[in-house]
Amino acid sequence: MLFIILRRLLQAIVVLLLVALVAFTIFRYIGDPVESLLGQEATEADRRALIDRLGLDDPIPVQYLRFVTNALQGDFGVSYRTAEQVSGLIAERLPATLELALVSALFALVVGTLLGIYTAIYRDGFVAHTIMSSSLIGVSLPTFLIGVLLIWVFAVELGWLPSFGRGETVQIGFWSTGFLTASGLKSLILPAITLGLYQMTLIMRLVRAEMLEVLRQDFIRFARARGLPDRVVYFGHALKNTLVPVITVAGLQLGAIVAFAIITETVFQWPGVGLLFVNAVFFVDIPVMSAYLLLVGTVFVVINLIVDLLYLAIDPRIRDGQLRRKAT
Amino acid sequence: MKTLTTRLAIGVAAGLLVSSLASAETLRWARSGDSLTLDPHAQNEGPTHTLAHQIYEPLLHRDMAGQITPALATSWKALDDNPNVWRFQLRKGVKFHDQSAFTAEDVVYSFKRAMKPTSAMKELLTSIKDVRMVDDHTVDFETNGPNPLLINNLTNLFIMDSGWTEKNGAGDPQDVAAGETTFSSQNTNGTGAYVLISRTPDQKTVLKANPNYWGVGQFPLDVSEIVYTPIQSAATRVAALLSGEVDFIQDVPVQDLRRVAGQSGLKVVTAAQNRVIFFGMNVGDSDIESDNVSGKNPFADVRVRRAMNMAINRDAIKKVVMRDQSSPTNVIMPPFVNGWTAELDKVPSVNVAEAKKMMEAAGYGDGFSVTLNCPNDRYINDEAICQAVVGMFGQIGIKVNLDAKPKAQHFPLIKNKTTDFYMLGWGVPTFDSHYIFNFLVHSTTENRGSWNGTRYSNPEIDPKIVALESETDLAKRDAIIAEIWQQVQEDQIYLPVHNQVLNWGMKDGIQFDVQPEDQPHFKYLKM
Amino acid sequence: MNGEKSAWQRFLASDFFYDFKRSPVTIVSFVIVVTLILMAILADLVAPTNPFDPGSLNLMNGFTPPMEPNAFTGETFLLGTDDQGRDLLSAIIYGLRVSLFVGLTAVILAMFIGVSLGLLAGYRGGWVDAVIMRIADIQVTFPSILIAVLIFGVARGLLPPDLRDELAITVLIVAIGLSEWVPFARTVRGTTMVEKEKEYVQAARLIGLGSSQIMVRHILPNVLSPVLVIATITLALAIIAEATLSFLGVGAPPTEPSLGTLIRIGQDFLFSGEWWILLFPAVTLLALALSVNLLGDWLRDTLNPRLK
Repeated sequence: MLFIILRRLLQAIVVLLLVALVAFTIFRYIGDPVESLLGQEATEADRRALIDRLGLDDPIPVQYLRFVTNALQGDFGVSYRTAEQVSGLIAERLPATLELALVSALFALVVGTLLGIYTAIYRDGFVAHTIMSSSLIGVSLPTFLIGVLLIWVFAVELGWLPSFGRGETVQIGFWSTGFLTASGLKSLILPAITLGLYQMTLIMRLVRAEMLEVLRQDFIRFARARGLPDRVVYFGHALKNTLVPVITVAGLQLGAIVAFAIITETVFQWPGVGLLFVNAVFFVDIPVMSAYLLLVGTVFVVINLIVDLLYLAIDPRIRDGQLRRKAT
Repeated sequence: MKTLTTRLAIGVAAGLLVSSLASAETLRWARSGDSLTLDPHAQNEGPTHTLAHQIYEPLLHRDMAGQITPALATSWKALDDNPNVWRFQLRKGVKFHDQSAFTAEDVVYSFKRAMKPTSAMKELLTSIKDVRMVDDHTVDFETNGPNPLLINNLTNLFIMDSGWTEKNGAGDPQDVAAGETTFSSQNTNGTGAYVLISRTPDQKTVLKANPNYWGVGQFPLDVSEIVYTPIQSAATRVAALLSGEVDFIQDVPVQDLRRVAGQSGLKVVTAAQNRVIFFGMNVGDSDIESDNVSGKNPFADVRVRRAMNMAINRDAIKKVVMRDQSSPTNVIMPPFVNGWTAELDKVPSVNVAEAKKMMEAAGYGDGFSVTLNCPNDRYINDEAICQAVVGMFGQIGIKVNLDAKPKAQHFPLIKNKTTDFYMLGWGVPTFDSHYIFNFLVHSTTENRGSWNGTRYSNPEIDPKIVALESETDLAKRDAIIAEIWQQVQEDQIYLPVHNQVLNWGMKDGIQFDVQPEDQPHFKYLKM
Repeated sequence: MNGEKSAWQRFLASDFFYDFKRSPVTIVSFVIVVTLILMAILADLVAPTNPFDPGSLNLMNGFTPPMEPNAFTGETFLLGTDDQGRDLLSAIIYGLRVSLFVGLTAVILAMFIGVSLGLLAGYRGGWVDAVIMRIADIQVTFPSILIAVLIFGVARGLLPPDLRDELAITVLIVAIGLSEWVPFARTVRGTTMVEKEKEYVQAARLIGLGSSQIMVRHILPNVLSPVLVIATITLALAIIAEATLSFLGVGAPPTEPSLGTLIRIGQDFLFSGEWWILLFPAVTLLALALSVNLLGDWLRDTLNPRLK
């Protein structure tokens, strides 16, 4: 058991190192940081000096090693664009993304679960069919288009909700939160729906499938036969049995939400790490891009690791193969 | 489901409460990009200068009509006995935001600072030999040879407080390239009409009116608080204005002008911008890689270039792509610039048949194919313009592959001379032709011709361009400018398209003229 | 001939077809998908003009509303024109072709990679399995859109400029294909691990069949239904991914637009009243992706006996 855990940990570390390698090397070759840093009238001497200063001439392994060592110490270098510490920039932006991700995930989980239960119980009903079919509309349109359409309807035409930003935020220590003001909460609604729609559909379908499966099983029939009311059967027995896979998927999807926030944050000018990343891409801001990829990578690897270990604890057989299938 | 509906209901209710929070004196301002730094000498870039202009002041600046106007200097002139020296009289009784007095010492200090190696403004000051304090409110600028147009280079050169800057260890401009953060890149102490209250880059910057501003009573100063939010996405920016979340946006997409202007409570103010859009071609190399002609460079033949110029339907671009928000031109020079004439500007008529004949005469009757590099986030509808000309060149047999990229990847192609056909826009902050020639026409040398992606090199023209720098006889100087333009037009090294038009969208209650350099100075704003 | 006919008749009599007949939604989706595919294949015959020929465009036709004559040229277009004066109907038909081609080819690529690696991982187990599944982990670490942007950027940086446009579509396919193989691999791996323990596989091994033969002949058929379901859903994903990449500016070139590129262009005109430039391509994309998703759904339910 201990051996398996150690192996998993080792694998996770190797994965992270590879992620770092990908993040580092690929971006090393996209765009030209020297060109984007120097002004219009820079001379060849300026270019040389800058290349030396940034160490862009060192062998790639040396640059990579330097990158990993620094990253381990929380030092991702300094943004080429804003000249601020990347770790500081990310720390400043992370609350916005995490709050958005959290609300999106809650929206996806709560609404998805409720709709999933409903469509499972009334699987042949007209409403359930309508929900199932129309939920597909959500996943059949690109996220950016859904965002733009929501802005158009709710901000421009109806004027009910803000079209951009986080509204007023309150600073609690290092954390800036939008949860404590009316405008902050209002600003969350459209981006959270845009971001969570896809995951909501996933969870709804998963809950429905699991419920259908559970409802067929013997213990449910016994419960029914014992004359327990439907409510107790559905929520006390059936739902409980579907929760493990649902929570697992929700956990894995949290990482996906953080990653896909790139597009939502661009559309809504949401000041999170996704927007930071998009800006970094446009300005060829390598330190920020690397740090972001590493951040997303770490989030995923850690979640994966936790899920793996949890499953080992629950069921040492080959359950993780099946788990992953459901997860994807 | 219930949770969602409840939350929506709360949101809607809250929305009604906070809908019109803006008080009369707060201006919520959005544009596509943010200032890059607060250090006034660390970046030579439009949006950075815009923010700096609210907080800091130069000796003189361009007002909302683009006219040079006194700011921290009250008057200036070249000395009668020595044309190499300009004497500036400084404004008296001016205080920095921290209440220290503004004196000649600060001017000398700031210019020396702006000429240091890490400054991004140093190229504008290359003609200055020395800056000397004469008395507390008089400063002399000595130049290398007479420089009649010195003041044109000073409109974005901000004055810092020498004591404050030194005390905080910010004597050198922030070295952006080295990824440095300095005190001056995060704090300000200017003489300007607004004081920085708070700033989170890319998110929000708040400024408050400076109660001790020297211009109180001379300028409207109606805005007591400025909240500046960069919003990149054009649709989101327009949505923010339409839904009343911001009061003023600087870049209204042309297709949304009618919608903004038609919305009650909003208006659009329009003016010509000091920026010309054009295409450049590699005319210098004997063969180019991006075409399908081997051993030859079709762009090297002036007949091909002229045929292409004839094929561009500038009127159609104006009417459809730009929705009338551009002025077509045949010269790469905005009308604001010294040297501009209506004759140079006159757009040639489209003549596809004639252009085809010229292509045939040049030996390209069957056409050729070539790649066009185009930015997609820099100029107004840049990519759509490129797409439109792809069709127009197609009509004379030139098959153009369009390669549109963000500006961060597009501009290096021009500067590294790795593109053979590209779009570029050029603003002329000095309002003089020399600025165009020096960057776009002169052969590429160490400190000239850095944006000349055409590889055009004319040994007759180059010395004339250099001569402009010290020619004091303005009539003679203008004659040289005209000569150079004639050659540039004759050789057709560029294909001009149009001059951009600026559109600022704002609340009805705001009175604000559009500044031709896209530099709003909010002290002039009335509301 | 006889055999074929009886196969057809067997198909008509099958549960599969019976299910199909009973589901009107599925029939409609099927008809829509087939119609759109046919339109894409026959684009040259169906479309009124060739929107990919820039020389034939008249910029003055730009922004013509549907079925109204253009103010300058007097020409009329069924679905109007876009900002470049392109007939929108033709642009949609040709764009459909690009999107479907990208989507289908990308899915085939993803399926090939995923099924091969999944079989290998599941059958071999041990370090082969560990390596492949860790690669899958890394792959999932980077969301598909991010991977696609990376591949696109790298390819653009490496390719000579004159090849970029010609290869743009190929790059798009590789980018989407490489980023969507993981679900295939994981599913196939899981099923393989279960199947390989069963008696018939053990028996096949005993009689001396090679591993590749066992994998292809005995295990592969067992994973085909889940693979088909994933392929269908991935097709919808790929089509949408193409659109999203176009939104980020790395999709099909605007001179030869896909549906995604058309939508990106169209959303610029959402507030300005030129609704048709966005609406028609968006509705086409929605119809395509929705129908494919519905078919995938139905396939999943039909092919998964547990849910019947």
